[in-house]
Amino acid sequence: MRPLRLFPETTKFDFVRLRFAAFGFTLLLLTATALSLAVNGLNFGIDFKGGILVELQAQQPIQVADLRNHLSNADLGEVEVQQFGNPREALIRVEAGALRSQEASQIVPRLRQALGDQYEFRRTEVVGPRVSGELLRDGAMATVLAILAIGVYVWFRFEWQFGVSALAATAHDVIVTVGLLSVTQLEFNLTAIAALLTLAGYSINDTVVVFDRIRELLRTHKRAALGEIINLAVNQTLSRTILTSATTLVAILPLLFFNTSTLLNFTVSLVWGILIGTFSSVFVAASLLLYMPPVGRSQEPDKTGEKQAAATLENEGR
Amino acid sequence: MLHFPKWKIVLILTICFLGFAYAAPNLVDRSVTETWSRWLPSQQINLGLDLRGGSHLLLEVDVDAVTRERLESVVDITRTELRKARIGYTGLGIDGEAVVLQSRESGQVDEIRRLLSAIDPDLTVEAGEGGRVTIRVSETALTARKQAAVEQSIEIVRRRIDETGTREPTIQRQGEDRILVQLPGIDDPERIKALLGQTAKMVFRLVDTQNSQADAMAGRVPPGSQLLPSDQVGPDGRPQQQYLVERRVMVSGDTLVDAQPTFNNGEPVVSFRFDSVGAKRFGDVTAGNVGRPFAIVLDDKVISAPVIREPILGGSGVISGNFTVQEAQDLALLLRAGALPAPLVVLEERTVGPGLGADSIAAGEIAAVLGMVAVVVFMVIAYGLFGIIANVALVINLVLIVAALSALQATLTLPGIAGIVLTIGMAVDANVLVFERIREETRNGRPPVSAIDAGYNRAISTIIDSNLTTFIAAVLLYIFGSGPIRGFAVTLSIGLLTSMFTAIMVTRLIVVMWLRRTRPKTLPI
Repeated sequence: MRPLRLFPETTKFDFVRLRFAAFGFTLLLLTATALSLAVNGLNFGIDFKGGILVELQAQQPIQVADLRNHLSNADLGEVEVQQFGNPREALIRVEAGALRSQEASQIVPRLRQALGDQYEFRRTEVVGPRVSGELLRDGAMATVLAILAIGVYVWFRFEWQFGVSALAATAHDVIVTVGLLSVTQLEFNLTAIAALLTLAGYSINDTVVVFDRIRELLRTHKRAALGEIINLAVNQTLSRTILTSATTLVAILPLLFFNTSTLLNFTVSLVWGILIGTFSSVFVAASLLLYMPPVGRSQEPDKTGEKQAAATLENEGR
Repeated sequence: MLHFPKWKIVLILTICFLGFAYAAPNLVDRSVTETWSRWLPSQQINLGLDLRGGSHLLLEVDVDAVTRERLESVVDITRTELRKARIGYTGLGIDGEAVVLQSRESGQVDEIRRLLSAIDPDLTVEAGEGGRVTIRVSETALTARKQAAVEQSIEIVRRRIDETGTREPTIQRQGEDRILVQLPGIDDPERIKALLGQTAKMVFRLVDTQNSQADAMAGRVPPGSQLLPSDQVGPDGRPQQQYLVERRVMVSGDTLVDAQPTFNNGEPVVSFRFDSVGAKRFGDVTAGNVGRPFAIVLDDKVISAPVIREPILGGSGVISGNFTVQEAQDLALLLRAGALPAPLVVLEERTVGPGLGADSIAAGEIAAVLGMVAVVVFMVIAYGLFGIIANVALVINLVLIVAALSALQATLTLPGIAGIVLTIGMAVDANVLVFERIREETRNGRPPVSAIDAGYNRAISTIIDSNLTTFIAAVLLYIFGSGPIRGFAVTLSIGLLTSMFTAIMVTRLIVVMWLRRTRPKTLPI
């Protein structure tokens, strides 16, 4: 069985020259993120805002107006009713951030009373204001620490210039994904944080593969300019980068079929994050090395390396 | 390259075999595994509450109440001692974290210090300006008391929940003063919350018949007494009645040894029994106060105030109070389980009904199967024979994840399933790295064996680097995450480790076997 060649054997894109376009695009995304955060903010879930969330299911399709009527009789203050794909399901959110937890705990029994037996309470979440504050703090801390730790790891395994680039690229991917959550107003909750961290881990994966190749080429091509080496490394790893992104995408796309809202933000963030992560690994991360003090290259002559380098360059048709 | 040490082959095969053995119990019903020999692994994956349905409650012990109670007892001690020693003072009370008073004559601080430290060595007495005295409880004593309160609360919570008959509850301490309660299969936790929401301190106190209740209602409460509301609530939501009750505790509820719901003249009541100390005290007090009413007080509310008709010497009695059957059952349960040392506050509650849990599992299975099929097809198209090898490794990887989750009894949550699905996608990455490298080496003119050797050797450091960075993120997720998110971190970490094993060891073994058998001139990659 012969495999299909999904990608050309060797590519010779000049990624280094394309970097200005890529930087421009990145800048655009970052600006859009900043604007959206300033205008829309994030749609914090009750994990981070405190309050009450109830997921209902009924035997018949739910009439939202009817449901609202029932709820307004229960005198619960600010109540939000929302429907997702399935017409027999609805989400109810009660703002209870300001309520003390003792009072908040009375709301669910009152909801049950107001709605009667026609509705099944599939999920109930009550998060007090103190816990939500802690969850938000921990979530933010985990994300920042993860990005820093990844940078430090890369610095430790490579050199500091690589660490800085990796840090910048990973932070970029995470920030831009936060931007997507802000633009789409998808719920920003603990699951979203999990998506951000996964994506940080995934995106650095791609970057490390490229850096690994750059390091190898730096050893073998002692006289080549850094720009040339970056281009060579990105091109040589390109088919792997795209193949891995593709397999990961095809694996997680079915998660979109979850008919509940629970994992929607997770899946959307990851799909977007994989695309953005691939983009930044290919166009941004490596090119950033050009703007930093030159990476130290060992001066010892490496005979086998030279030989191999000559072979590679020949193969690349230079 | 073609040389693969025997011990390595044995090790790889053993791990794979163990994987299948530990994953197998998940294929059958739990009742079947129970009949297996105990030499066989029989543990199934532990489903999180979001998948099996149940209730998660995060409670906080109100440790400030513990401090307050301690200070109140210091006020009591001080009052008694100073009265005994005939030391004049004014303004005795609690101020922040200390007890303060103003002594009439200066120079009495040393005397007060001597008196108090003889009784309670944890107290320090400081002199302020103009006869002001500050009494503090030492920090270590307070901390110890808070610690004890949290530990005792956990014990009481456990007893109360066990009494309700909930199956497999988990009750854990979390942080300084929090208790995490997980109740599988409970989809309406209101009753349990109500049970945990009461401290259930019960005391028997005499009703004050010397003083006028009308005077007390008007604001002139006599010093040794206290107005307490009835626990019966009228239609307007206010207590039906107030009682003027002596502050002195006749008998405390912690001397109860048993309490059971029962019926008295067709009315639900709670019968109780004292231990020998309680029985003696109860007998003495009732003997000395025949004809007077006494109040049964639960958490500062009067349940009922019957008149003592004759001395109760047997150490047992009944509490009646217009209970419903359920109320009588709950009160008996609370009395049996004992009082909480401090009130509990529910900080967080997450409940998933059984329907949603089952739906999530079904959706997760569909997503995992679809993701798997997509990746398998994709790999075959992209790498042909080598793709098939990678797919074999992928299946083994999935089996190993299931085995590890079962053996470690880690909890599988909905985000955890997402983690597995994601791992399926990322697991082939290691193989992709190796295969791309082999292609490259082949293009550079290497013969098959040497190309494969170089492919594996050079890809390994990349594989380790890229997986470790993801691992870092997963570990942080575990440290800072809670509940379902931790489940995700666990499956992601396990998936990373197993995928490194299958990609580096398993596929390599298969490729070497294939090379030995066929000795190909060119590689079908």
